[in-house]
Parts: sequence; C-alpha cells; structure tokens
Amino acid sequence: MKNGTIISIDKLIKQFPVGKSHFTALNGLSLNIERGEFMGLVGPSGSGKTTLLNIIGSLDTPSQGTVAVLDQSISSLSHKQSSKLRNRHIGFIFQTYNLLPVYTVYENVEFALLLQKLSASVRKKAVMDALEWVGLTDKIKSKPAMLSGGECQRVAIARSMVKRPDIVLADEPTANLDSKNSHHILQTMKKLNKELNTTFIFATHDEKVMQYLNRKVSLEDGQIVKDEIIENSKN
Amino acid sequence: MLSLKLAFKNLLGAGLRTWLNVLALSFAFVLIIFYNGMIDGWNRQAQRDTAAWETGEGQFWHPAYDKYDPFTIEDAHAPMSEDILKEVNNHTLAPVLISQATAYPQGRAMGVILRGIDPEQEVLELPSSKLPQSNGTDYAIIGKNMARSANLEAGDKLLLRWRDKNGTFDAREVEIAEIFKCDVPAVDNGQVYIALSNLQEMLAMENEATLLVAGATFEMRELDGWDFKDNEFLLADLQQIIDSKKVGGSVLQGLLLIIALIAIFDTQVLSIFRRQKEIGTYIALGLTRAQVVGIFTVEGGAHSILAILLGSAYGIPLFLLLNKNGIGMGYADDMAFDIPVAEAIFPYYSLRLILITILIVIVTATIVSYLPARKISKMKPTDALKGKLQ
Repeated sequence: MKNGTIISIDKLIKQFPVGKSHFTALNGLSLNIERGEFMGLVGPSGSGKTTLLNIIGSLDTPSQGTVAVLDQSISSLSHKQSSKLRNRHIGFIFQTYNLLPVYTVYENVEFALLLQKLSASVRKKAVMDALEWVGLTDKIKSKPAMLSGGECQRVAIARSMVKRPDIVLADEPTANLDSKNSHHILQTMKKLNKELNTTFIFATHDEKVMQYLNRKVSLEDGQIVKDEIIENSKN
Repeated sequence: MLSLKLAFKNLLGAGLRTWLNVLALSFAFVLIIFYNGMIDGWNRQAQRDTAAWETGEGQFWHPAYDKYDPFTIEDAHAPMSEDILKEVNNHTLAPVLISQATAYPQGRAMGVILRGIDPEQEVLELPSSKLPQSNGTDYAIIGKNMARSANLEAGDKLLLRWRDKNGTFDAREVEIAEIFKCDVPAVDNGQVYIALSNLQEMLAMENEATLLVAGATFEMRELDGWDFKDNEFLLADLQQIIDSKKVGGSVLQGLLLIIALIAIFDTQVLSIFRRQKEIGTYIALGLTRAQVVGIFTVEGGAHSILAILLGSAYGIPLFLLLNKNGIGMGYADDMAFDIPVAEAIFPYYSLRLILITILIVIVTATIVSYLPARKISKMKPTDALKGKLQ
C-alpha cells in the first residue's frame, strides 16, 4: 500500500555555528521517502541522523537545500504552520520517552489530541485504541514514574500514534531498553506500520532495530554512504 | 482552558514547592485584606464617632472662627437669631459657645477650652443632660482623659479663670458632674463642658454662640451670618491621618507581596531550566512556542488562584471572628493617636477591597511568571529536547 513520496530532501546542508566558525552536520544530502516505509537512518554518533530527523520533524530548519514533508517546504513554514504540521501529521518517539511526569498514561496519550479540539468521546476512543495497540489499557491511571522503561516507551508510541500521523520519527527508541522490551516495541511499531500504513523513520545504531527495517540509509559525516532496501526484514 | 488545565496539573504535581509558594502568597493576600480592612474599619468608626460626638451632620461657624487658630475664639461669637433659636428648641441645631480659660486642678494651672453646650441638646452624644441647670452650684462635665490628666473625679471642684467679652478676668469654681467616656480626642482632651446659659452669662455673651452643630433632622439651608462647613471639610484631617497610615501599611504589604513574588519568580526560573525537555516535548507535540509560554505563565499565575483559595480557607473564618469580636485597641485608650480610637476596632472588608486585592495578587503573580517564561520563545526546540540550554 505504498503510495508516493511523503518526504523529499534535496541537497540539504545543515550547519551549526561553533565559535566564529561552523560545523557541517549534513552536507548536500538528497533523499526521498515513500509513504508507509519502515526505514532507518543509521550511522555512528555525529553522522547527522538526529539532525536530519529534527529537520524532517520541522523542529529545525535547513541551512541550504530543500526539505518537503507532505508537500510543505520546511524552510518556508511559520512557527504556527510547523506546529500544526507536527500536531496533525508527525509523531515523535524519543530515546528518553519524554513523557509528561505529572500526567497519567491516559492523559499523556490524550495530550496530542487536546490541541485538535476533538470531542471528549472521540478523544477517549482514540486514546483507548492507541493504548490497546501497545497493550497498556490496564495502566491508564498510572503515572510514568510507576512504569518500567519498556512500558514508558510503549506509552510514547501510543502518544505518537493516537492522532494517526502520516510519519513517526523515532530517535534511538530502544537505547534505554533491554533486548526483550526492544523487540516488543519494535514488533508493535511494525504492526502499526502495516495496519495503518504509517511511515516510520528511525535514527539508530542499534542492531536490533536494523533487523526490522525495510530500508536502511547509512550516514557518515552528514552524507549518505549507502541506501539499501531490505527484503526479508523481521516482522 | 487547556493552559489552565495543564497549569493546575503541573502545579499540583510539583507538590511541596507549589504549596510553599502558595502559602507565602496567601499570607500576603490575607495581610493586605486584613490591614486595609482594619484601616477602613477604623476610618468608619472614627468618622462615625467624630460625627456623633463633635461634627454632627455639619457645622455652621461664626465667620471669624478658625478651629486651628485659638486667637480667633475671642471674636468668634454672635447672637442667635429667632430662626436659629427655633431650630435649637426643636433639637435640630446644637449651639456651642467656646472660650479659652485656665483651670487649676490641685493648684496646677492648665489651659483648657470652655465649651458651653445646651443641656437639652439631642444632636451630639455628649451627655449634656448631666449638667444640672441650677441649684446654686455651677457644674461641668469632662472626658475620661481630661479627668485623668487633671486628676479629677466626679464630685471634685475645679477652679476656672477666664476673660469675659470685655477682657475682664473672672474666676469661678465648678463641680465635676460627670466624667464621660469618648473615643474622640478633640472632644475630650483639654475640654470642659458647662451649660450654655452659664457660659453665656460668664462671658457676658447672652444668647450667643461660636458655632451651631446640625443634627440629622435639620433641614439644610444657609443661615445668615454663619458659614456652613460640611463633614468632608470637618473630617478632612482625620481622612488625611488615616490615608497616611494606609500608605505606611502598604509598605509592609508590598514587602510581603514582593517576597512571595520573588519565590514564584525563582520557582519559574528554576522550573524553566529544569523542564527544558518537557518544553521541547510540548513543541514536538505541536504546541507553538507562544502556547508553551502561555502554559508556564498561567502555571505561575495559577499560584495566585491557589493562594486566594488557601487564603480564603483560613482568612474568611479569621475575618469573621475579628468582625464579630473586633480587634482590641486597649493600648490606645490614652489617646496616643490624634484620631478617634475605640477600645475595639471592627474591620470593614468591602467587596471593592477584596476584588482589588485579588486583582493585584493575580496580576503581579502573572507578570512575575511571564518574565522568565519569555525565555521559552527564544529556545531552540532541538536544544530544549536535549535539555542542554544554560
């Protein structure tokens, strides 16, 4: 059910000021990502994975080149437009989960929907569906401090998926998890990718994640060194 | 609405730190209302007592009379017309004749003001009816503080010396008929009251008065040869003293409020520093930076809502108790103040006072919350997510 380019990157350069000079994190990178891909940006630390993910997620902007996400040029978006893009179309999963500590599991997942001004009943159904996907319906009243690392990351997945985004960006989602929990959440994400045709993009150097990827883009010094399709990835 | 919901969630989630700030702010809130309520209550009581004992509903002064200049007393007297006497007989006007004199309690010389007052007057609360009209003895009534300073008791004799209309010195012994309790210093300190007709006779000023005090039933109009002074004028000094006391008190209130606000400001600065990842997460989830600034501002400002609720929880019962029993001012009984002070002051908490205080607390707490929250609008979300901002 793959249907068209969802992200288009052309000659992307990203530089960060370092004193009077600057550091080039991404150096003329071009890449197209199709809807429904389960792909990973892999490479050593400092290769530009997270920077690329941040630009795709409109949390950062290119120094040069163009990045179009869902036909919207990231460079030309206002703060309000990029917020709307993130809220409606992009889900984030972070290495450290980034759950809001004072909210319950239910409220953490519901948060993204509050901005969309949906009715309470619609929100409730969407939240319960998302928690069912990740198998946490029995923990809805728990606060993040009461959950294990694996459970926290599953809440984060539910939070990213509850609004049925087109794209989920996951930055080292398994880095803080043990092997069993890593496989569990990867299987969950793979299932959601198949069922909802959501595009998943990982930034990772975890071998366990790589086993599940359908496409692996290797970065080094801000450039793509290898772009490979993996036919027989794990499900 | 979302900001408010999030703010309260975050505030309550912060636990003890929130409640310490809220407690400090609630103290400021309660103290501001308490102090101003006390001053307003004092003001009302002082104005009420002064009107009841001294100024009535206003006074008609002889044009030469100036209460701030004792030298005007000598010439400030005039006969009362038929029209005025009719009002006096109807108890709507109370004539007062004033003269300077010297009293000699226990052989000491003491400057006093002699006030002739109609024993039958009903305009002022002065117990003038305690002045026996005549049985061969001249009587006087004095206030408690005057009695204390002159070491006099009811039944004591007091020698008075004065100058009559023609400048001739005369002297007479009077008997203290009554010692009254009055909260108005100007009515008590250094004042000796004798029957109007007696003083008129002593000064050779038959049927004359220095001023006329209007009662509540007096039909207000101009009286030829007399200048009307309304209570706004007559109570201006009192209002000025009360206002100056209010300003003095506001310094203390301001300090307490500033301490509470500094605590909130400090919490906000710390909170924004410690919660950078949360800020980054909000932005990643689709909130604009302005919305995040709003959440943190409302969160800081919401301290004031909790402070008002907490302050109300212990303030309302306290205020009701004080309103019922009053605040004892026994130490002021010696009239160390220049304004009327009752034994107990009953605070007056007006709706205006409460609303203004609530507004001050909310607005100031919101401003000190906004100042550090502005920093969020300059944060790069990617740095915030890493929590690496300094």
